[in-house]
Amino acid sequence: MERIPVLRMGSLLLITIQVDMHDKLALQLQDDVTSRIAEWGSTGVLIDISSLEIVDSFIGRMLANIAAMSRVLGAETIVVGMQPAVAITLVELGMSLPGVRTALSVEAGMELLYGAGAGFRTGSDDERDQA
Amino acid sequence: MSDLADIISRNEEQIRADWIRDMRQTVQRADLMSKTELDEQCATFLNAVVAGVRGTGSTDVTTAGWTPAREFLEGISASRARQGFSPTEVATFVLSLKQPLFAAIRHDMSKSQDKAFDAIWSATELVDRLALITTEAYIATREELILRQQQELMELSTPVVKLWEGILALPIIGTLDSARTQVVMENLLQAVVSTNSKYAIIDITGVPTVDTLVAQHLLKTITAARLMGAECIISGVRPQIAQTIVHLGINLEDVTTRAKLADALALALQMSGRTVVRTTAAAAAPKAILAGPLAKQEG
Repeated sequence: MERIPVLRMGSLLLITIQVDMHDKLALQLQDDVTSRIAEWGSTGVLIDISSLEIVDSFIGRMLANIAAMSRVLGAETIVVGMQPAVAITLVELGMSLPGVRTALSVEAGMELLYGAGAGFRTGSDDERDQA
Repeated sequence: MSDLADIISRNEEQIRADWIRDMRQTVQRADLMSKTELDEQCATFLNAVVAGVRGTGSTDVTTAGWTPAREFLEGISASRARQGFSPTEVATFVLSLKQPLFAAIRHDMSKSQDKAFDAIWSATELVDRLALITTEAYIATREELILRQQQELMELSTPVVKLWEGILALPIIGTLDSARTQVVMENLLQAVVSTNSKYAIIDITGVPTVDTLVAQHLLKTITAARLMGAECIISGVRPQIAQTIVHLGINLEDVTTRAKLADALALALQMSGRTVVRTTAAAAAPKAILAGPLAKQEG
């Protein structure tokens, strides 16, 4: 059975959604994420949806659910890399995902989770400033 | 019906001459159209009308037999609309055909009043229908023009500018309706992705009024940007608009707003962990520039 991989990066979990989501896959993902957070004691979850082109209310609800579940387990969820078309669709569907934090890229998301300057720097922004 | 066709073809020369003379007296626009061009158009159109009446035997200009006449008329109406003729002038091209036609009918059918009346009725019906076609074609051309200008206006009026590394600005000028919001939203979100910007400033200095609908459109755009991981700041809120927003009960609690674009930029810089500092060198620079030419003049 196909499965969405949940990667461990230090105290974070990285999930990259690259296939079409359907009910079973989503439920499986919820199971995996919650059990991994409990097992590894992760403090943050990054969900990368940059390769997701089509979205519906089901996926929107799934994202909100995972965020809520993770929060209960003490981990913060950040959805990263949402495409413009996907964002517009979600807004038109009336799903503004109020409980979910967002970032432009995985890099920006990590910075958010680690806190600016707290041991993890992407550097690119500051290099550009100095140039 | 065939009577009408016969009358027209018998008196074609006379009708055309009268028609052109009439038109020249009333609405001929020598500044827009040459005499030979007008003559040519009249002749072609009259031939098409004769062919139409002959071919179909009716004055119903929507039938297939009338297609050449219809197409010719639509063509010249459209070209005249583009040249700057008024609707009256365009419609008169056809309507002024009535008098010479009636004159010909009167001349040919002086013996039978009934027949003459029938012929006049057919002629009136025909000319009126043809005149309606010119008006429709004229309006269609104008509509096309308006539509094209609308599109151009829409494309022109939604630029996204980069103010700083990671900071975008979107100055909105004019009223925000649903169609425009869509374009604005798409442009902004696309720019957020392509420039990897975390902050977007939406400047509404050029928006004349903000009602609940406009506010809703703005909130939609802001929510979509937030979903992608960018933060929006609204700037250019005029005192009058601030009052309207509160009176209408629009909830902008979750949105950061500033009075001026400069304030919004300062806020975005601050939020991205930057400060703007005036260096002594920069403060001295204007003096040095001023001193240069002045010193020369004195010397």
